[in-house]
Amino acid sequence: MTRPTVDLRPTGQPPLPRPRPLAQFFTRPQVIALAAVLLVNWALFPGFFTITWQDGRFFGSLIDVLNRGAPVAILAIGMTMVIATKGVDLSVGAVMAISGAVAATLVTNGVSAPIAVLAALGAGLLCGLWNGILVTLLDIQPIIATLVLMVAGRGLAQLITEGTIVTFSDPVLIFIGTGSFLGLPMPVVIAALLMIAATLIVRRTALGLLIEAVGVNRSAARFAGLRAGTLLLIVYTFAGFCAAIAGLIVAGDIRGADANNAGLWLELDAILAVVIGGTSLMGGRFSIPMAVLGALIIQSMNTGILISGFSPEFNLVVKSAVIIVILVLQSPLSARLFRRLPGAQK
Amino acid sequence: MNVIKTLALGAGLASLLLSAAYAEGLQGKVIGFSQIGSESGWRAAETSVTKAEAEARGIDLKFADAQQKQENQIKAIRGFIAQGVDAILVAPVVATGWEEVLTEAKEAAIPVVLLDRGIEAPEDLYLTSVASDQVKEGRVAGEWLVGAVGDRQCNIVELQGTVGSSPAINRKQGFEEAIAGKANLTITRSQTGDFTRSKGKEVMEGFIKAEDGGKNICAVYAHNDDMAVGAIQAIKDAGLKPGSDILVVSIDAVPDIFAAMVAGEANATVELTPNMAGPAFDALQAYWDAGTEPPKFIITESKLYTPADDPQGEYDRRKGLGY
Repeated sequence: MTRPTVDLRPTGQPPLPRPRPLAQFFTRPQVIALAAVLLVNWALFPGFFTITWQDGRFFGSLIDVLNRGAPVAILAIGMTMVIATKGVDLSVGAVMAISGAVAATLVTNGVSAPIAVLAALGAGLLCGLWNGILVTLLDIQPIIATLVLMVAGRGLAQLITEGTIVTFSDPVLIFIGTGSFLGLPMPVVIAALLMIAATLIVRRTALGLLIEAVGVNRSAARFAGLRAGTLLLIVYTFAGFCAAIAGLIVAGDIRGADANNAGLWLELDAILAVVIGGTSLMGGRFSIPMAVLGALIIQSMNTGILISGFSPEFNLVVKSAVIIVILVLQSPLSARLFRRLPGAQK
Repeated sequence: MNVIKTLALGAGLASLLLSAAYAEGLQGKVIGFSQIGSESGWRAAETSVTKAEAEARGIDLKFADAQQKQENQIKAIRGFIAQGVDAILVAPVVATGWEEVLTEAKEAAIPVVLLDRGIEAPEDLYLTSVASDQVKEGRVAGEWLVGAVGDRQCNIVELQGTVGSSPAINRKQGFEEAIAGKANLTITRSQTGDFTRSKGKEVMEGFIKAEDGGKNICAVYAHNDDMAVGAIQAIKDAGLKPGSDILVVSIDAVPDIFAAMVAGEANATVELTPNMAGPAFDALQAYWDAGTEPPKFIITESKLYTPADDPQGEYDRRKGLGY
């Protein structure tokens, strides 16, 4: 005897991402898009996939894509969680500037590097907590709440650096930005570890489900007994923490804290990466690895444009054209069209 | 009643100040300075140099920071007019919309000097403008490179400023003029680094990969020093020596490029002087003392610095200016 089964998924929501066959992974629009962009890069520059071993580390354009994409990927990890709760964090770029400024100013004033790094991460946590408090306790809309720190945060960073680029020569900070581990650049290693840790935490515990519940309907989640406020605080604080790590990487990379330019507009790249990764701005369904993939797609385009030899006036046009194609491929309309294709139906 | 009293008092004060103006030089003159804000290190240096120049001349400088807003600048200028200052310096944030307030200054017979940027307004509304010639800056950088490489074949990569900004357009044009007609010098790649260190580094990394690991690059020309500092790091990361394997020439002369010169990693920079106020004060003095009308456009010197010009000393001199 079989019992009647009920589909408990909310209507209109595609299934939750969970481990599935490899073939299905490779037919995702994001994976196809990344492959397409990489192939175009290869066509424009035949040496694109060449990776050599130099000075104890891998060296090549593909490594550049991973290395340069790491800060946005790290931002995207935090941003995915925030967006999954139907929020958004516009302040991550400014928090990057603050974190770099704190670390650089401390080491140039003789503070030891580990303490400077901890202080920078602490500053990021505080900024995230501030955003979380505005969103939960004061119930301000996330876009407005985080806009406050987006504008004021950069000013704060400029105050810390006194408007100058604080150049440092501390080996620990420089290692975070330009060092290597097992031949891979540190930023890539950090981003990969963070991605794996964050994915395991949300998918191997109930945390992911709770975040999705809050994102779909915060009131309903609260009535169901979830501590939605605490969850939101955690999520925004984590986004601030991610931004602080990205800020340390960017500062270490150029051996200086540039409060005017560090992380400038990167919040938008991070949101774009999350959206390309298929996370809905309406909250709910989310995927951290896909957001990281989105960041890599964006960076592949940037690197491709640099080595292609296009004149810089075309940069944004090329970028926007590719992004429009990716987003159209992901739209519900094209999903319906694909389903009509013979054989596509399961 | 009160208004009239205030006005009379103001006029009295102004005439007092005017009579004091006949003292030697600019001693005791009151000059208002409306600065754009502090959006860059260069801007901060300009502010501190202006204050130092004024102090050295015994000028009472009234400083107003506009925080990147024209309305604040207009308010500041109106304030200066009301205070009856002797002259007004303005670093205009935008090119348009100045006719009305400058006409008010003209009616109050207060000379106005524009610093480092031009405006779109009738020329009789201001005494003179002091600015650098950005095309010339590019040309000086290009001429240095032409001299440095001689007859050697040289592939140049260019790090442009923000697309569409006037320094990017003009510095590119000047450099191209300087190397035009030299068959051995060609710009093989040109991309924007947005005037920032991190973008300069990222773009240079791409160039090095695309040009056979950097072996096909003989020189990098950056539209500002910050991008050059980023490019130097990218060259080092690729296992090449900046300054010898790849020549580095850029514009601005900020302290960190001198630090790179000390380390032998940068070859030349062209100064965009933060001292726009010095020539402005000189022009005002000549105007008041001898009635000399200054030329409408005073062009500051675009001085070339190489490692032969005491980079350590230049670094120390600039470090405290707020760059």
